[in-house]
Amino acid sequence: MLNIREYVKVQSLEEAYELNQKRTNKIIGGMLWMKMGDRNIQKAIDLSGLGLDQIEEEEEEFRIGCMTTLRELELHPGLDAYTGGALRESLRHIVGVQFRNLATVGGSIFGRFGFSDVLTLFLGLDTYVELYKGGIQPLSTFAWSKRDNDILVRLIVKKKPVRIVYQSLRLTRTDFPVLASAVVCLDGKWQAVIGARPQRALLVEDEEKILEGGLTEENIRKFVAYVTKKTPTGSNMRAGADYRSHLVEVQVRRALEEMRGETNAD
Amino acid sequence: MQINLKLNGKLIKEEIADELLLIDFVRKHGCYSVKRGCETANCGLCTVFLDGKPVLSCSLLAARANGREVTTLEGLQEEAEEIGSFVANQGAEQCGFCNPGFMMNAIALFRENPDPTDEEILEYLSGNLCRCSGYEGQLRAMKNYIAWKKEKQEVGA
Repeated sequence: MLNIREYVKVQSLEEAYELNQKRTNKIIGGMLWMKMGDRNIQKAIDLSGLGLDQIEEEEEEFRIGCMTTLRELELHPGLDAYTGGALRESLRHIVGVQFRNLATVGGSIFGRFGFSDVLTLFLGLDTYVELYKGGIQPLSTFAWSKRDNDILVRLIVKKKPVRIVYQSLRLTRTDFPVLASAVVCLDGKWQAVIGARPQRALLVEDEEKILEGGLTEENIRKFVAYVTKKTPTGSNMRAGADYRSHLVEVQVRRALEEMRGETNAD
Repeated sequence: MQINLKLNGKLIKEEIADELLLIDFVRKHGCYSVKRGCETANCGLCTVFLDGKPVLSCSLLAARANGREVTTLEGLQEEAEEIGSFVANQGAEQCGFCNPGFMMNAIALFRENPDPTDEEILEYLSGNLCRCSGYEGQLRAMKNYIAWKKEKQEVGA
C-alpha cells in the first residue's frame, strides 16, 4: 500500500530537485506503477504545475515534456506521422484509455521497466533525455544507467529519416507484453530493439551491415539470426526464455517482411 | 490541505488529507457509481472524467484535482440513461458492477468518436473489465446505440 504523508506541487525544477534528494521523498509522475508498491512516502513531489505536459514539434526535433501523458503521445499527429503509426501501435495496448490519460512518459522512461513498450519504441528512434542536473544524454545510455535522484525533464527525438515497425505479443489484451520489438531503419542504419525479454529493452545494431545489401530473403534470414543470437531472453510467469527467443525470430522477420511490402500470411 | 474543485457542476471547497484518492473523495460526496475494483489500475470501475477526459480515480490523488472539474455518472444522467437502456436491452450488464465505469468510458468514446468501428469500440473500451460476460452483449449494445443515434439525427435533419 502507498502511504503519502505530504503532497507538494512544486513551483520550480530546483525545488523538485532539492526535495528529491531525500530518500523518502518521491516524484510521483502518473503514480500508477508507484501505487502498486508497498511504500511510505514522506513528500510526494508533483511536477504537474511546471508546464512539462507539452509536445513541441520543431523543424529538427520533437521535445516531449516529462508530464506528457501516454494518451497525448498516442494522439499527437506529428509523432504519428513521423513514426508511421508505430508510436501509436506501441501505446494502444497499454491497459486502457483511462490509464493512458494518467500515465506519463517521464514515469515510463525514468522507471526503465523491463515490460515497457514506451522504452522499447523510443530506443528505436534517435532519442535523448534531458536531465535537470545531468544534461542531455542518449536514451540508450540513460536506459542502462543506475537510478539516481536527478529529474527527467523531457525527451528529445531527433527527426532523422526513419522507417519503423513496432510489434508486441500479449497473452491477453491490456496485459504486459510477452515480447515487444521495434525494427528500425534510422537514417539508413538498421537496428532492432527487443523489449519485455523480460529484462530491460535491448538495442541491437546491425554492426555487420547485413541489411545494407537490401531486404533479400537471405539478408532477412541472416539478420533474424543475428538479432536472436545477440538478444538474451529470460523466463517469467508469462513465458519461457526459449519461447521468447522464438518470438524474437518471428517478430523481426515479420517486421522486415512488412517493410519489404509483404502482408503477413499468418 | 485545501482543495477547490467542481464535482458534477457543484463547487466544493474542502480540507482533505494529502493522500486521499479521488475515488474516496467522490464517494464521500455521494457518487456511489464510482467503484473500487481491482486496485491495480486495470479494471476501469472507478472511471471519472477529469476536465472531460476519462481517468482512473483509484490512482489519482484528490489533491491533483484541485482547480479542476470532476464528473461522475451521477452528473451525466441523460447520456447514462440513453446508453444504459441499450446495454439493458442486450442483457449485457449481468451483475452490473462494471456498468457505471463502462458507461463513463463509452460516453467518452462517443464524444471523441461518434461513429466508431467495432475494432475502435473494442480498443477504446479495453480498459473496462467485465467478469460476467464475453463483451459480446456490450458490443451489440454499443452498435445498436450508434444506429439509433444516426437514425435520430436523420429524422431530426
